[in-house]
Amino acid sequence: MARMKFLCDAERCIECNGCVTACKQEHEVPWGVNRRRVVTLNDGLPGEKSISVACMHCSDAPCMAVCPVDCFYKTAEGVVLHDKDLCIGCGYCFYACPFGAPQFPQDGAFGLRGKMDKCTFCAGGPEEDNSAAEFKKYGRNRLAEGKLPACAEMCSTKALLGGDGDVVADIYRNRVLKRGKGAEVWGWGTAYGKPEKSATPPAGAKS
Amino acid sequence: MILTRKSTKAASSQYPSQNRLARGASAFLGNTIDRRTFLRRSGLAAGGAAALSQLPFSMMRKAEAADKAPAGKLEVKRTICTHCSVGCAIDAVVQNGVWIRQEPVFDSPINLGAHCAKGASIREHGMHEISHRLRTPMKLNGGKWEKISWDQALTEVGDKLMKIKKESGPDATFWIGSSKHNNEQAYLLRKFVSFFGTNNMDHQARICHSTTVAGVANTWGYGAMTNSYNDEQNSKCILFFGSNAAEAHPVSMLHTLHAKENGAKVIVVDPRFTRTAAKADTYYRIRSGADVAFLMGMLHHIFKNGWEDKEYIKARVYGMDKAREEAAKWTPDKVEEVTGMKEAEVRDVAEKMAKNKPSTIVWAMGQTQHTNGNAIVRASCILQLALGNVGVSGGGTNIYRGHDNVQGATDVGPNPDSLPGYYGIATGSWKHFANVWGVDYEWIKKQFASQAMMEKPGLTVSRWADAVLEKNELIDQDNNLKAVVFWGHAPNSQTRGKEMVDAMKKLELMVVIDPYPSATAAMAAMVRKDNVYLLPAATQLECAGSATASNRSIQWREKVIDPMFESRTDHMIMYQLAQKFGFAKEFTAKIKLSKGKGGMDEPDMEDTLREINRGVWTIGYTGQSPERLQAHMRNMHVFDIKTLRAKGGKDAKTGYVLDGDYFGLPWPCYGTAAIKHPGSPNLYDTSKHMMDGGGNFRANFGVEKDGVNLLAEDGSHSKGADITTGYPELDHVLLKKLGWWDELTEDEKKAAEGKNWKTDPSGGMIRVFMKEHGCHPFGNAKARAVVWNFPDPVPLHREPLYSPRADLVEKYPTHADQKNRWRVPVLFKTVQDANKDAGKMYPLIMTSGRLTEYEGGGDETRSNPWLAELQQEMFVEINPKDANDRGVRNNEYVWVESPTKARLKVKTLVTERVGAGTVFLPFHFAGWWMGEDMKKYYPEGAAPIVRGEAVNTATTYGYDIVTMMQETKTTLCQVSKA
Repeated sequence: MARMKFLCDAERCIECNGCVTACKQEHEVPWGVNRRRVVTLNDGLPGEKSISVACMHCSDAPCMAVCPVDCFYKTAEGVVLHDKDLCIGCGYCFYACPFGAPQFPQDGAFGLRGKMDKCTFCAGGPEEDNSAAEFKKYGRNRLAEGKLPACAEMCSTKALLGGDGDVVADIYRNRVLKRGKGAEVWGWGTAYGKPEKSATPPAGAKS
Repeated sequence: MILTRKSTKAASSQYPSQNRLARGASAFLGNTIDRRTFLRRSGLAAGGAAALSQLPFSMMRKAEAADKAPAGKLEVKRTICTHCSVGCAIDAVVQNGVWIRQEPVFDSPINLGAHCAKGASIREHGMHEISHRLRTPMKLNGGKWEKISWDQALTEVGDKLMKIKKESGPDATFWIGSSKHNNEQAYLLRKFVSFFGTNNMDHQARICHSTTVAGVANTWGYGAMTNSYNDEQNSKCILFFGSNAAEAHPVSMLHTLHAKENGAKVIVVDPRFTRTAAKADTYYRIRSGADVAFLMGMLHHIFKNGWEDKEYIKARVYGMDKAREEAAKWTPDKVEEVTGMKEAEVRDVAEKMAKNKPSTIVWAMGQTQHTNGNAIVRASCILQLALGNVGVSGGGTNIYRGHDNVQGATDVGPNPDSLPGYYGIATGSWKHFANVWGVDYEWIKKQFASQAMMEKPGLTVSRWADAVLEKNELIDQDNNLKAVVFWGHAPNSQTRGKEMVDAMKKLELMVVIDPYPSATAAMAAMVRKDNVYLLPAATQLECAGSATASNRSIQWREKVIDPMFESRTDHMIMYQLAQKFGFAKEFTAKIKLSKGKGGMDEPDMEDTLREINRGVWTIGYTGQSPERLQAHMRNMHVFDIKTLRAKGGKDAKTGYVLDGDYFGLPWPCYGTAAIKHPGSPNLYDTSKHMMDGGGNFRANFGVEKDGVNLLAEDGSHSKGADITTGYPELDHVLLKKLGWWDELTEDEKKAAEGKNWKTDPSGGMIRVFMKEHGCHPFGNAKARAVVWNFPDPVPLHREPLYSPRADLVEKYPTHADQKNRWRVPVLFKTVQDANKDAGKMYPLIMTSGRLTEYEGGGDETRSNPWLAELQQEMFVEINPKDANDRGVRNNEYVWVESPTKARLKVKTLVTERVGAGTVFLPFHFAGWWMGEDMKKYYPEGAAPIVRGEAVNTATTYGYDIVTMMQETKTTLCQVSKA
């Protein structure tokens, strides 16, 4: 069983926002809700780096830990999903998430946020795979179609990698070796623990 | 607390998704095998319930209402992104005529499935409900937009244009075509306007790369990118000088960054620390407008240190000694005075380029859009010639074009000084095309005011407003312009917006043919009450046709969906206007008609391409038959990413053997399709045989100049050529002299007698010369470092007309005023002298450029909510020092005022991306006019979501002396708190 992971290669990300609009159009996410966004550090200065950020589908996800109604669940592939029927829009997950992933469709005082929305790793939600109900609440379920997240698949420079953690780690390791520098991995340590740990394939996994 | 409630069934069974990651990314590890894994369209082939889930939100209700009705078949249409010139392939999933999804094409050797923000959201074009398109024909009536029928629109527009033609002559009209038209439409528009009787036509290439086309073609033969995006993977050093590829051509960075990972040095020299610079190894800041000085400064170091390629220069370059003399004058102190760059910086770039070969230079509008643009691009060519980098894989001049088909529209489209294929407009050229078109030369001549007007280059798009406003005795045609047809053009991409609005006001008639009403409609409605017509055109996703990417590869688009709303394809509108004007029969004399929208006739796109194939020999648009191009589109996976060449392969549908073809048959693809020239991946490459896409520099400027041989020296020729020295271009006399005439068939002899390679309709001479003897039909000559037919034969630095440096204006003055260029006077010295002290009131250099999210004038992309959300406001980038000195802070409204007194109300972005003394504004915005939102001037529901000040409302006068390219990159302004 593969463990799905995201990784953004800051040496390659050019802040083109292709991942953002790929997500928007694939799931028809409404204006104001950003399941994925690109963050730039040192904008306009030497050392400028951009990274594309969404839900990292953490190994020990803080959102799951804090949710008072326990609406989160994790698939066998490590994708963190949630049930909008259970969500009460309290926003605890938003405070807990180190990546700012949870989004809320409405502005306003506490209780008026609406159901939380976030990146699903293009894996839908609890409804039947590829059903109309699933699409309406969570967007498309590309994993069920044998595809990977639209953002990573369409990334202009192949900076954003999404898929089996072992393959992602392999690709990235090769790049780092070739460059001879830059092993710092944005968000990886926070989301998936130390690189050494996650680089070891789980028993029975096939890359 | 890991809860596992659910696993995705399909994915857990076989992991087909794992291959997709490997395909997407591992190709760039140098391992290209995984990418070849068969792409499973598992989700796309499924029907029934799965199909329902593929419907977008907006379609959901409709689909549910249809209840158990059988869902339509899912079709996958392969098209090409219509935004920039990279040419990214897209698989559009269509059901019941609705574009429901978009999938990456991993097989494309150009983009490998990758997209920028624009390409990843292009499906918005099929989203009926959220569209901000122009839905019906409209006319301005008493200052209000009013819906009218197509019949009424065509009748009124046709009658009014005919009336103007009758009363004021055909030259009183101006037709602005589009670099977004496909090749066939662009070609037809050239023919259409010719039959209307004028050369007054142009398109965006004028204000995009006209200086490149003229400068580069005059240096060595063809005015195009010499290599390709992919070929950068073979480079050891890449210099971006006048290009911000990370934002303007994001997917090209796929290849650049791969090259970088393999050790190539990436250098950016730019007034701004661009996002491209953020990815470079080396960045140096230069003062805007100092380009020639920098390039000459580099050459100074190259010659001083003996880094030039002496043998290459001797064998293949004419006049390098003159360039050397000029470079000798550019001592480091002078270079620093003009460019602001230190000696060590300039030397560093020169050394890296010289010692890491093959090295390439990349440019876009940073070099071209200057009053001395033609000189800047030629200086870049000279740099690459001195280093022996041209005609070399990994080297070359990688000139990134703008629009998706600006290269193609330049090659075969509506140019005021040339028929398709750069044939020019002399009598012989018209006769050649009369023949190709199947119409009588005398009949065409009768359409024009006179033979003199038929052979006089028309007005340029950059100057049409002057042809309206200028005193009649100063313009070189009988009447001032009375009507302008905007056929896919954004006026806010042109400079001097303030004066353009005055011109719009004065016109008798304005016609806008566009999928979006564009800023043209709003600007017109702001100053006019009537005689403005808007006709809704289909997009390129709503018709089939071919588009030429920047690397000269031609890709065939399938039609994704039918034209939405009441829109019609551009070629249908052309045909219907031709009917109105009474030349429909001549217009399609040799092109069959097919049924378009509503069963109405339109010229068949494949058949139009066949006509192009029959006529455009000069630049090798003859071998790209629709059948060959379509076979390429179906078999993208057989083409190698680094070389673009097919390693084997047979098209399953037609049996066409792909082996040896380069992807998209990059022009020149000489001779008829039958001789199977593979296309030319890198121009002028002598290391390859002609039939393998090799070549050499063109013999287009005579055989000698002042007693100096212009042909290539002995031993310099394309691989395997039977002539091993320089030779002139091919004609019937040469072929006979060589004793090869009898290798022609009898039919070919008949056709070729008295002709040259460009006019022989059989292609027989090319076949014998090239295929049988390995020789280049356009001859084998030297490139020219001295272009003696230009005002500055050796590139000179000349200060911009609006320069902040009065001292440098003295030292490096601009040209003298010109009485008549392209039918209008053009001022240089007068303007520069009058504004010598403009820097006192307007001390900041104002420059402009692109954003990733938007394209061109931006009306189309600013109407796409997925893009609009990402850039919601027009802004000015200003250095913290300049901001602090003016008491303005980040994200505040300011007025940007230029010497024209135009004022732009924009938000500040305080950043060190720009140096002190320079401000940057993006050029994609329109819809505000000097502080006022123009929403009320747009037809209802058709205003773009995001509107803002157009930078070009404030830009100033200034044109390239050779091509009338506008100056957008260097002018002056002042910023103050709003």
